[in-house]
Amino acid sequence: METTTRQHWLSLLAHSPASRLAELLQQHLPPAGDISWLRRAQTGLVMLQGRSGGSGSRFNLGEISVTRASCQIAGWLGHGWVRGSDGQHAELIAQADALLQNPQHYPPLQAALLQPLQQELAARREQSARAAAASKVEFFTMVRGE
Amino acid sequence: MYVAVKGGETAIARSWDLLAAARRGDSALAELSLGQIRQQLRLAVARVMQEGSLYDEELAALALKQAAGDTVEAVFLLRAFRTTLPRFASSKPLDTAAMRVRRRVSGTFKDVPGGQILGPTADYTQRLLDFSLGHSSEVPPCALADNGVPQPLPSVLEVLAAEGLIEAEQPLPGDPEPADLTRQPLMFPADRATRLQNLARADEGWLLGLAYSTQRGYAESHPFAGEIRMGEVSVSVCPEELGFDIDIGEITLTECQMINQFAGSKTAPPQFTRGYGLSFGEAERKAMAMALVDRSLRAEELGEAAHAPAQQQEFVLYHSDNVEASGFVQHLKLPHYVDFQAELSLIRTLRAQANSSAPQEAAHD
Repeated sequence: METTTRQHWLSLLAHSPASRLAELLQQHLPPAGDISWLRRAQTGLVMLQGRSGGSGSRFNLGEISVTRASCQIAGWLGHGWVRGSDGQHAELIAQADALLQNPQHYPPLQAALLQPLQQELAARREQSARAAAASKVEFFTMVRGE
Repeated sequence: MYVAVKGGETAIARSWDLLAAARRGDSALAELSLGQIRQQLRLAVARVMQEGSLYDEELAALALKQAAGDTVEAVFLLRAFRTTLPRFASSKPLDTAAMRVRRRVSGTFKDVPGGQILGPTADYTQRLLDFSLGHSSEVPPCALADNGVPQPLPSVLEVLAAEGLIEAEQPLPGDPEPADLTRQPLMFPADRATRLQNLARADEGWLLGLAYSTQRGYAESHPFAGEIRMGEVSVSVCPEELGFDIDIGEITLTECQMINQFAGSKTAPPQFTRGYGLSFGEAERKAMAMALVDRSLRAEELGEAAHAPAQQQEFVLYHSDNVEASGFVQHLKLPHYVDFQAELSLIRTLRAQANSSAPQEAAHD
């Protein structure tokens, strides 16, 4: 499994609403007995770093709450990290991550989970970017002496 | 000094009940939900997150509800809660250049690459009370442009940087790990990373007053708002169990790049210098005030005379935290009975001495 592919789906799953993830993943999850939890959802902190001037030296901006979980499904180890304190979201990501690494499960999940989530995320972002762009200022130069 | 006192348990329990009843108000009215606070009081939520130094909208909304809208009390609640959580990691530095921008304005150039995008701002309203908000109303739909705001949106300061007219902003050699005020106490002189962390969680009122003082002539630095941008930035971490960077979601940030005059020194030619502000959520006033105070605190580094309060690190940074300030001011409510008895008896003694010696002094004259 290419790291970039895994990075991509972990990012996508974390950027998607937990309720939508639950809805799409539900029918693909194995029976609870087949999931071994290495770490149930645990909430903690990540210190956010910024850079002075946006590109200079690092500084600590403040913390963010983060929830993580890890599980094993059929020998595949899945990890879920998501900002916030929604334990269910982190556990869903961990399960999806374990399943997606399995070449048997990847194709159906790519179609039924990743593709719709990707489309929905892109649509949300496009909507927001177009709404913002609608408030772009068009300047007129005042012409003197007319 | 205050001393421990015993008793009052029943009275304290009754005060809790009164507090809960006062918080709830008239039970004939619907109770506020956390979702309503998050959605409809988002700027109050952002302020609690900034000064509580914890980005979590749900917890900040809860703190605001519990504190009945008292920002400083809500900040205290959030700060106290964060101490119960383990620290998993530090994030990769937030990439504000890659921000999905919803608002970007510049006070220095009319035409900036990507344009001026007003976004959700009250700046161009009349600021007259809108009585229609007194009852439920429909919100008109927002217009959509054919094309979205480009991402990444080029930074305004790059124009000046390309010509070398503004100081370069690059990491120190080796990109050192910054000091962390949640782990180490504030020591002086404080480096810029420490100052920025302190300012990022500083009380907005404190920063605003100090920033204003620099504009009124106490540490004049001729500021211009080079760029203010607000939007969403992804948070990236490198979990140990994975060994590679992953995004864990996105947050809203406001960034202010202030441009300030600088006459030059023996080693540096005349050029513009920078002040930097970065805040959780939509927080333009806070980010601008932070940038002005960041710049005024650079006085020594830039060889400027540091005579104004906003240029003095100890004064600014020691008094910026409203959790500490609120605690120390309000601790005066605690029993100081023994202290005060001592003072009272001292005053009585002095008065008695003054009364008895007065006629003798008169006799000397």
